[in-house]
Formats: sequence, structure tokens, C-alpha cells
Amino acid sequence: MTGRQNLLYFLTLHRTGLAVTLMSAALLAFPFVEDNPYTLGLTNLIAINAIVVLGLNLFIGYTGQISLGHAAFFGLGAYGSAIATVTFELAPWPAMFLVAALVALIALAVGIPVLRLSGHYLAMATLGLNYVVHTVLLQWDEVTGGPSGFAGIPSLTVPGTVIDDAVGLHYLLWGFAMACLLLCLNLVRSGVGRGMAALAGDETAAAALGVDTRATKIKVFVLSAVLASLAGSLFAHCYAYVSPDTFGIFASTDFVIMVVVGGMGSIWGSVFGAAFLTLMPEWVEFFDTYKDFVHGGILVLVLMFLPQGLITGLTDTIRVRLALRRRDHAAA
Amino acid sequence: MYTDLLQYVFGGLTSGAIYALIALGFCVVSNTMGIVNFIQVDFVTLGGMFMFSALFSLGLPTIPALGLAVAMVALAAMVVERVGLRPARSDNHLVLIFLTVGLSIIMRGVIKLVWGKNRMALPPLTPDVPVQILGASVLPQALWILGLTIVAIAVLTWFFHRTSLGLSMRAVASNPTAAAVVGIPAGRVRLTSYAIAGALGGLAGVLVTPITTLNYDVGVLLGLKGFAAAILGGFGSFPGAILGGLGLGLLESLSAGYLSSAYKDVVAFVVLLLVLFVRPKGLLGK
Repeated sequence: MTGRQNLLYFLTLHRTGLAVTLMSAALLAFPFVEDNPYTLGLTNLIAINAIVVLGLNLFIGYTGQISLGHAAFFGLGAYGSAIATVTFELAPWPAMFLVAALVALIALAVGIPVLRLSGHYLAMATLGLNYVVHTVLLQWDEVTGGPSGFAGIPSLTVPGTVIDDAVGLHYLLWGFAMACLLLCLNLVRSGVGRGMAALAGDETAAAALGVDTRATKIKVFVLSAVLASLAGSLFAHCYAYVSPDTFGIFASTDFVIMVVVGGMGSIWGSVFGAAFLTLMPEWVEFFDTYKDFVHGGILVLVLMFLPQGLITGLTDTIRVRLALRRRDHAAA
Repeated sequence: MYTDLLQYVFGGLTSGAIYALIALGFCVVSNTMGIVNFIQVDFVTLGGMFMFSALFSLGLPTIPALGLAVAMVALAAMVVERVGLRPARSDNHLVLIFLTVGLSIIMRGVIKLVWGKNRMALPPLTPDVPVQILGASVLPQALWILGLTIVAIAVLTWFFHRTSLGLSMRAVASNPTAAAVVGIPAGRVRLTSYAIAGALGGLAGVLVTPITTLNYDVGVLLGLKGFAAAILGGFGSFPGAILGGLGLGLLESLSAGYLSSAYKDVVAFVVLLLVLFVRPKGLLGK
């Protein structure tokens, strides 16, 4: 092989690793280029959303199930961390993982009965769970602070420093987001992940090939709930304040829109979808009045014309166009 | 003691009838298309909104206004199916269900834009003079709800057993492939199922909003409870939907009466999860 071919081969072989390295490098350098706290605040929010969306996308894209309640797990993580660190005065890091374990148990309790059914019962069950969680957050005010929210959550610390400025949070949150991205990228290329992809393609065929479909669905559901809970804990420590409205059922549909826009089953798309939806209010002036139209419209248009998601859908379309043009040239 | 119980039972049956109507709407669409139709929740809101406009903008008397509101919701539902769902030409359930989620968000946006975000009050169908029945005082509106629910169920039964369109819808529900083979038009069946779902949701909205208040997202919670009722009775089964609705209404009102009313709304979802755990096919499911 010539040198050029060798290089190309190397690039294709290691495309995922290289893309992750490039993105990490860009993220490491980002605070040096841009140190406006407002911009960093936005990108930090993207990182938090991306963690939730990565987990949700594994679940929707790879098991073909629908969860309309991930804001509940997100909220349980946030309030769990808040209550554990403020009321029970636990250290933030152990509290975060303790809360994630509890959320995993809740997801297990919801997932086991519902996921043994075929059909889309889970969509409504999770929506119901989200409603219950939201109501409890609002009503149980001696513990959660009720409608006025829960304030005074301590910042996270690493030995030596307290992470409370935008730059520190940037590294913390994107560190977590990149770790989750790597986890998901590796998971879907592992044996378990291939089983998940088979499950998404055809449940019966996957079961015939020896994939334990029910256990896989439950595992992925729990994993996605844990990721949402971790994101919630980070959210709570990052903003030092949480209120029930962030975790209502409409937040859940926003997460679903991020998944669909990024492309169901596309790991990189999850990050793109989270970024797109988080940044959109910045670009669209009339957003506040027409938020529903924009959100619903994007969801409907993407599903109608590019059901594989914005990025995969557009690249596929362009690829098909180019191939057709090449064929026409060859014929002429 | 006894009067309290009777009072709670009447309250439960009233809200149960509403849940039953909404649950029937979910079942109709689920039987013909195999999907959970999230727009059902907005049909409920839309019913109340059209009633409001018919009464106050057009100045119609109560009964014609009710008919007009239900018809308008049915029409809106048909439009949603025709321009919102059918062009997707997808048989991927995931895509279709997410489409209903998206359309539901848009529908809420439309409602917010047309009728505003404020809470509105809808007058009851007949003036609010409580009637004494066996020692419990019952609002006339509750009697309207129970009466019209029975009428709706009777009409629905007649439609599904006596008309050719209703029979073809049952054929699609029992076996879509066989129904397509004998030439039953899928498009018309889907359109009709949406119209019925819209009419049922709209009727529920018209009847319930004088008791609750009218607001752009009033249907969300009611719709979710309607779905829980449908699961409780056995998803897809019409008698199940009615039984599930009434059962859920009773459970809710008794638990609010004897336990705590702060978590009244939570009962429905706890029941939903318990049913899925213990008897996933529901009370009357196949």
C-alpha cells in the first residue's frame, strides 16, 4: 500500500478514537478561546443534557422502547443529591453515587413489570412516574422545599479546589460527558451492544439469535436512568439550586426531541441533538411565544422527512444524491 | 358515615365516567393503528375550548353548543390524522408514537395561541343546584356526565355492531392483514378511528371542564389518567375501558376521602404500576 492509502486506512480504522481525541482536545482548549461565563454556562448545560440524552438514546435507539419520563430520573438525581448533601450532610461525591444507585433501584422497580409486556406501555408508565415524581417534589415541601425550590446546595470539590466557576465546571461537566460518550461508544460496539442493535432491528430475530431481549431492555433502561441521575446530581451541584419545574413532563419530551433530532440510535447524534435544542432559544428571537410550535414542529418534520435524525438523515441524502450523479455521469 | 361514603362514590363515578370516555378514545386508535395516541390528551382540552367559544363567541344555547364542540374536535382529529400522521407513510411504531407526541405539542401551542394561557371558567350544562339522592348531594353536572357517557357508550356499541364501517373497524382491530386482504380501506378506518377518539375526548372535555377549570393543559393529567384506566381495564378492550375508568375514579375519590387529598393524582399511577406488575393484561384483557 502507498503512504496515502496507509494513512487513509489508519484514519478509517481509528475514526471513533480519533474523533473522541479531537473533540476532547477542542474541549480542553475551549475555555482558553472563550471565557465568557454566559457562553460557558450554555455549553455546560449542553454537557448536562448530553449525558441524559446519551442514556435515553441508548434506550430508545437500541431497544426500540419509549421513555417519556427521563426528567423524573434527572430530577430524582438532582433532589437526591440536594437532600443528601444539605439535609443529611453527606459528602457530595459519595452522595452522587448513592443517589444513582437508588435511582437504579427505582428504574428497576418500574422497568421489570412494564418491560415484560410488548407494546408501548412503558411510554405511559414513565410519563406517569414523571408526574408522580413532580407532584411529590411539589407537595412534600418539608423535605423538598415545595414550589419555591431547594437552595444552598454545595459545590463539588476535588482535592485542593472547589469547583464553582464556569471554567472549572466546564472541565468537570465535559469530563463527565466525554466519559459517558466513550462508555456508550464502546458499549454499542461490544457483544452486548451488538445484541442491543439486533434487538432494535427485530425483536423476534434477536431473541432467536440468543439475545435475552427482556434482560437487555431492563439493563439499558437502568443504565439510562443512572446516567440521567448523575446528570441531575451534576446539575444540582452546578447551579446550587433546584426547583420542581425543571423536572416536569415537558422536560421529558424535550429530552425525547433531542434524541430524535440527533437520530435514534446515533451516539454522536445525541451530543448534537442536546447542543441543537439547548442553543436554539439563543438563535430564535420569537422563541418564547412559539416554543411549542418550534419544538413540536422540529419533532414532526424530522420524523416525517429524516426519521434517522438530522445528521444521519442529511448525510445519507447527500450520499444518495452523489451516487446518483456519479451513475448519471458514468452513463453519459 | 354512610352519606360520606355515598358522596365519595358519586364523586368517583363522575370522574370515572370521564376517564372511561378518554380511555375508550385511546382504545379505538390503539385497536386500528397499534399505537398510543398522545394527542388524545389535547382532544380533551380542545373540547372544553370549543365549548367555551360556542357558548360565548357564537352565543349558542347549551345543547347545540355541546354538539358543535364535539363535532369540531372530531373534525380537528381527522385533520390531525390526515395532515399530521398519514403523510409520514411509516409503519414504524416508534416514529408514529413520537409523531403523536410532536403533534400534541403543536396542538397545545395552537390552543395557547388561540385561547390564551389564562384559566377560564365554563358554566355547567344546567344551573348548579345540588340534587339530593339517597342523602348525598349531587351536582346536576355529575348527572349529565353519567347520562351522556351512557349515551356515548350506547352509540358506540351500535356503531361497532350495526354499521358496516364499525364492523370493518373491528375487523382491522382483530386482524389488520386479513382486513386488508378482503379490501377494507385502511385510510378510511384510520380516519374514522381518529374522529371517534376526537369525539370521545372532546365530549369528556366539554363535560369535565365546568368541574375543573379550563386551561391549555387541563387535558394532560386527565388524559394520563384515562390511559391508566385503559390499562387497568385491559388495553384495547372497550368494556375494560369503561370498567377501568369507573374503578379508577372510585379508587381515587375513596383514597382522597379516607387517606389524603394531596396525593390524589398519584393514586392513578400507583394503580397503573401495580396493575402492570400483578396482572399486565388488565381486568378484562385478552
